[in-house]
Amino acid sequence: MKPINSISVLKKKKNQILEKKHQTGKTRVRVHMGTSGLASGAKEIYELFRLELEKRNIDSYVISTGDMGYSFAEPTVEVTRPGEAPVVFGNVDKLRADEIIEKYIKNGEFIDGILPVNYRTI
Amino acid sequence: MSVNKMQIMVCGGSSCHGNQSEDILDNLRIELEANALENNVTVTGTGCFGLCALGPVVKIMPGDVVYTSVSPEDAKEIVTEHVMKGRKVERLLYKDAATGKTISTEGELASHRKQLRIVLRNCGIIDPEDIDDAIAHNAYEALGKVLTEMKPADVIRIIKDSGLRGRGGGGFPTGLKWEIASKNKSDEKYVVCNADEGDPGAFMDRSVLEGDPHSVLEAMAICGYSIEAHKGLIYIRAEYPLAVARLKTAITQAKDYGLLGTNILGTGFDFDIEIRYGAGAFVCGEETALIHSMEGLRGEPTVKPPFPAEAGFRGKPTNVNNVETFACISPIILKGAEWFNSIGTEKSKGTKVFALAGKINNVGLIEVPMGTTLREVIFEIGGGIRKGKKFKAAQTGGPSGGCLTEKHLDTPIDFDNLTAAGSMMGSGGLIVMDEDDCMVSVAKFFLDFTVEESCGKCAPCRIGNKRLHELLEHITKGKGNLADLDRLKNMSLVIKDTSLCGLGQSSPNPVLSTLENFREEYVSHVTTKKCPAGQCKDLMEYFIISANCVGCTACARVCPVNAITGERKEPHLINPSICIKCGACMEKCKFDAIIIR
Repeated sequence: MKPINSISVLKKKKNQILEKKHQTGKTRVRVHMGTSGLASGAKEIYELFRLELEKRNIDSYVISTGDMGYSFAEPTVEVTRPGEAPVVFGNVDKLRADEIIEKYIKNGEFIDGILPVNYRTI
Repeated sequence: MSVNKMQIMVCGGSSCHGNQSEDILDNLRIELEANALENNVTVTGTGCFGLCALGPVVKIMPGDVVYTSVSPEDAKEIVTEHVMKGRKVERLLYKDAATGKTISTEGELASHRKQLRIVLRNCGIIDPEDIDDAIAHNAYEALGKVLTEMKPADVIRIIKDSGLRGRGGGGFPTGLKWEIASKNKSDEKYVVCNADEGDPGAFMDRSVLEGDPHSVLEAMAICGYSIEAHKGLIYIRAEYPLAVARLKTAITQAKDYGLLGTNILGTGFDFDIEIRYGAGAFVCGEETALIHSMEGLRGEPTVKPPFPAEAGFRGKPTNVNNVETFACISPIILKGAEWFNSIGTEKSKGTKVFALAGKINNVGLIEVPMGTTLREVIFEIGGGIRKGKKFKAAQTGGPSGGCLTEKHLDTPIDFDNLTAAGSMMGSGGLIVMDEDDCMVSVAKFFLDFTVEESCGKCAPCRIGNKRLHELLEHITKGKGNLADLDRLKNMSLVIKDTSLCGLGQSSPNPVLSTLENFREEYVSHVTTKKCPAGQCKDLMEYFIISANCVGCTACARVCPVNAITGERKEPHLINPSICIKCGACMEKCKFDAIIIR
C-alpha cells in the first residue's frame, strides 16, 4: 500500500475512494456480520448473496460489515440500488434472500419486514 | 414492472401496531383491490420508523410522502386521492405546531426520531476490514486536523469544553482526565483503551470494535498526541474473537498506510498501538486491576491514589478510557465542542449507547441523546415488553447498578439522575424485567455474578458478598425472616463503605435498590413464604384443580419423576414431596387444570 504521508494525500485518497464508489452504478449489498449477525447465520446469507447475484447476472457487489444493533432481527441485510436510498431487511433467511434478490434488487419492489431508518446520524 | 411502481409502507413498530396499523394495512389492500389496483401498487408492513409520537405512520414511494396519525378509515382516501389522482391527502400530513408548516416527506420529519447515532455512526455502514471504506467515512480526518492545526492543549480544551464524560461507568470528565495525564511529566506515557466489557447483557463496546475499529484507533492516537504518549494499548477480553481479529486487521492496515507508527501524516508524531488480552474477569474493567493484568500480574485493584494518570502501566502516567468514550472523540474534533455540548442534559453531554436485553421486544443496540426517558427507550425504541406483559423494572449498570421502576419511567436518563435514582449509568446495559420476574432472584443473580468475579483481595467484598448471597439464597428458599431484611441492608452498606475498589463498592447495589423498590416482595418471601412472581421453586407448588381436570393422563405421562397419580377420566393429584417443579405438566395440560400456588 502506498503510504499516506500528509493530510493532503489523505484527503485526495478519500476523494478517490468516494469517486470510485459513486461511479460503480452497481447495486451494493451489505450483510451485517458482527457477533449477533454471525450467530444468527449471517455468514451463510453472505455466501448466498455472493453466489446467487453472480449466478443471476446482477451487476452488484457484496460486503460484510459490523452489526447495526438490530439484534432482534438478525441476520440483517442492507441493499442500495444505484441512485436510491439504502433499504434494510430483517430476519433474512435463504427464502427471504431469494425474495430480496428477485423482488427488490431486480425490480425495486418492497417486501414485508423492511427496517426503516429510525435514527438520526451525523 | 417498472421501478416507478407505487409502493406503500405501513409502520408495524409496536407503537403503530398498537394503534391498528395492521387494520390500516388490510384496508389499504382491500381498497386497492376494489379499484383493481392490487397489481400496480405494493403494500408492505415494515419495522419501526422511529416516529412513534406521530404514528401510525404510512409512507408512500415514490415521493417519500409520509402520512401521520393515520386511522384504518383513512385507507380509502389515501387510495382514491393519493394513489389514483396523485393528490396528497393534506389533512394526514404532519403540521409543525411551532411554524404551522405542513411537512410531507420523511426526510423533513427526521428530527422527530428519538435515536441519534454518534458512536454507532459507522457500525453496519463500513466494512471494518477495509480501511479505504473507513477513510471514505471520514476516518483519520480528525487525527489529521489535530496533528496539523492544533496544539495538545487545544485538543484537551475541546474535549473539556465538549462536556464528554467517561462512558465506562464512572462518568469522569474525559477532558479533565487527559489534562491530568498531560501534566504529569515522564519520559514515557501510555494510552489505554478499556475494552474489557464485563457487564452481563452489555455488548456495545464489542459492536463498536467489530463495526468501526478505526474510530477507536484514531481517537487513541489523538489522545496520545494531546498527553504526549507514543504508545497505545487495547485491553480486550479474549472472549471477543471477532472484535480482536478485526482490530488486528485494522491496526495492520493503519500501519501500512502510515496512519499509525512513526511520523504520522508527515508531522513527526509517532504512535503505535498493541493489543493486550484479558481472560474475561469483571474486576479487570477497574483501571488499576486492568493495568496490573496488562503487566502480567494478578488482576487485582490497588488503592487510588496514585491514579493511573500519575503512575499507571509500568509506573508511568497512563490514560485509560472506555471504547465508547474514544468513539466520541473524532466527531467532537471535526464538529466542535459546541456541537457536542448542545446534545444532552446540563451535566451529561452527547449520546449514550444502550444494550437492550431481557423481556423487551427489540433486543439490540440503540443510541439516544442523554436525557431521553426510560419510557421512550423501552416503549418506543425498544418496542415495549415482550408478549404484552407488564413492565416491572429495568436494571441499568449491570451488577453494579440498580433497578429503575415504573416511577422512574419518565426520568430523563443521564449520569446524575440515575445515581439519584439509586442506580448508575454503568456501561449501558439495560436489562428489562416484566411481571414474571422475581426481584429477590434478580438480586441473587447479580450477587452470584459478583461473588464469582470478586478478586478476593479485600475482606468486605470477598466475604461480605458471599454472606449477602447466602442470605438471599435463604430467603428464596423460604427460610428467611424479617430480621434478615435489615441484616441484608446493613451488610450491604458496610460492604459499600469498606471495599477497596469499585466492584465491592457497588456490588450490593442490586440488593439495596430491589429492597428499596420492591420491599413488599422480600416481605412476602419471608412472612407468607410466597414468591409473588412464582419464580422461586421452593416457594411454589404445582396444584391440579380437580374441577378442571378431565383425567386425560397427559400430565402423568410427561412427569419425569412420576409425581402425578390418578385413574383415567378421574381428577389427578400431584404429590408435592416428589414434584421437582419442572413445569412440564403445566405445559402439557390442555384444560388449564394445573396452576402454581
